Amino acid sequence: MWSLSNIAGITQTWLNATFNPTIALWSEFVIVGVLVIALFAVLGLGLVYMERKVAAHIQIRLGPNRVGPMGIFQTTADTVKLIMKEGLTPDGSDHFLFNLAPFVVMIAAMLVLAPIAFAKNFQIWDINIGVLYVSAVSSISVIGILMAGWASNNKYSLLGAMRSGAQIVSYELSVGLSIISIVVLSGSLQLSDIIASQQDGWWIFKGHIPVIIAFVIFIIAVTAETNRAPFDLAEAESELTAGFHTEYSGMKFALFFLAEYINIFIVCAIGATLFFGGWMPLHIGNWQGFNQVMDYIPSSVWFISKTLFLIFLIMWFRWTFPRLRIDQLLNLEWKYLLPISMVNLLLITVMAIMKWHF
Amino acid sequence: MTPGEYIKNIVNGVKSLLTGMKLTGYYFMHPKEIITEQYPETRPVLSERFRGEVVMSHDEKNEHRCTGCTACELACPNGTIKIITKFETSPEGKKKKALDTFIYHLELCTMCNLCIVACPTDAIKMAQNFEHSVYDRNQLTKVLNKPGSKLMEGVE
Repeated sequence: MWSLSNIAGITQTWLNATFNPTIALWSEFVIVGVLVIALFAVLGLGLVYMERKVAAHIQIRLGPNRVGPMGIFQTTADTVKLIMKEGLTPDGSDHFLFNLAPFVVMIAAMLVLAPIAFAKNFQIWDINIGVLYVSAVSSISVIGILMAGWASNNKYSLLGAMRSGAQIVSYELSVGLSIISIVVLSGSLQLSDIIASQQDGWWIFKGHIPVIIAFVIFIIAVTAETNRAPFDLAEAESELTAGFHTEYSGMKFALFFLAEYINIFIVCAIGATLFFGGWMPLHIGNWQGFNQVMDYIPSSVWFISKTLFLIFLIMWFRWTFPRLRIDQLLNLEWKYLLPISMVNLLLITVMAIMKWHF
Repeated sequence: MTPGEYIKNIVNGVKSLLTGMKLTGYYFMHPKEIITEQYPETRPVLSERFRGEVVMSHDEKNEHRCTGCTACELACPNGTIKIITKFETSPEGKKKKALDTFIYHLELCTMCNLCIVACPTDAIKMAQNFEHSVYDRNQLTKVLNKPGSKLMEGVE
């Protein structure tokens, strides 16, 4: 059986048999790094294309359809264009911070990828505080955004960055609380344990209505955290002329653009892991026959399809809802999402203690 | 805000969001609804009132209906039309003003339709053609009456 974990295991034993342990470890680092960068490139190209197609179909248009069959090479052509463009650094900007910011955003996105389980036993780093690590590291990207806004020496950029800061700081709370509700149910912070706890059914089915509420709050809050419409006040191309990346061009702009899509992928992967069982196939209680049929579908396919479904959901939001004003944004968080998720967490805790879930 | 209003707010908000998502979801699931016309491959469907350019209609005997009254030239807000008239002598020996050249500057025209409204004899009309791009600007200055054309009988 050629599963991803098998390939990884074979590679590891071969490296250890051929080289001494230090070289084997370092070459594993290099392989993982190359794979992560390759994944980023593929995700960037694929998700931008998907977004444009989804947007077009929602707006009764066709979307890109000229470059290659169905326009699949459109994003590749755009990337080539961006690579050839000049990466301008404005004279009045803080050159060091200006050039550092895109990499901070990018590296923050790269770090969050570590504990995500892409398939059965296929994980870069199965850290025992995975959920905590994810929620801590994912908020580093706001530093990059603030850095970009500040260093650009442009009032629109700074406004966008400040908005982004206020937004991420407030929505982090709701994300945290809805993640904690799953931690309460599964009793572990380790992502592999959380997935294993969904062996007999995903939490969204096992956890009754409170988990569904937690999921809705999670998906709203991560949409805000990734600065996507209807919460894209940091960019707000119609009022702030693209906000914090107004002054960026060429590949530096492309890195911000890429980081946005990588962040969407990551939060959707986390959502899929917590609420939809990650790579776990659809299992219903004790139906042995049904469960075995579901096991034939590879775990990586399950993970990717769940993640893509959540990504589609977030894209659906973007092309349906109008942008919120900054006061509406903060009202939504502090007056609605946060109180509801607190009450909801209490309900879930009671449910977990009384063992009311399936 | 009473607790009742608070909950009502949430329910109304969720309901309106779902209504929006239902419509966009319907469009996503039904590619038949797509209204994009793939222009170079398929000809666009133009409405009858589409205003492409001003043309002068000629019949099969190469006769037009323009008397050279310059009403369209006066009506034009930005000097798109320039009419040069001449005097023709009728068989009875009477001198009569007639159209010599109808100059139309397509590059200045805003397709406002005022000249067509102003024309007392319905000599000019709007055509549906919209592919006006040329390599030289001079080609956009057009003479609308065909060479050798005459005023139609009975048009005063």
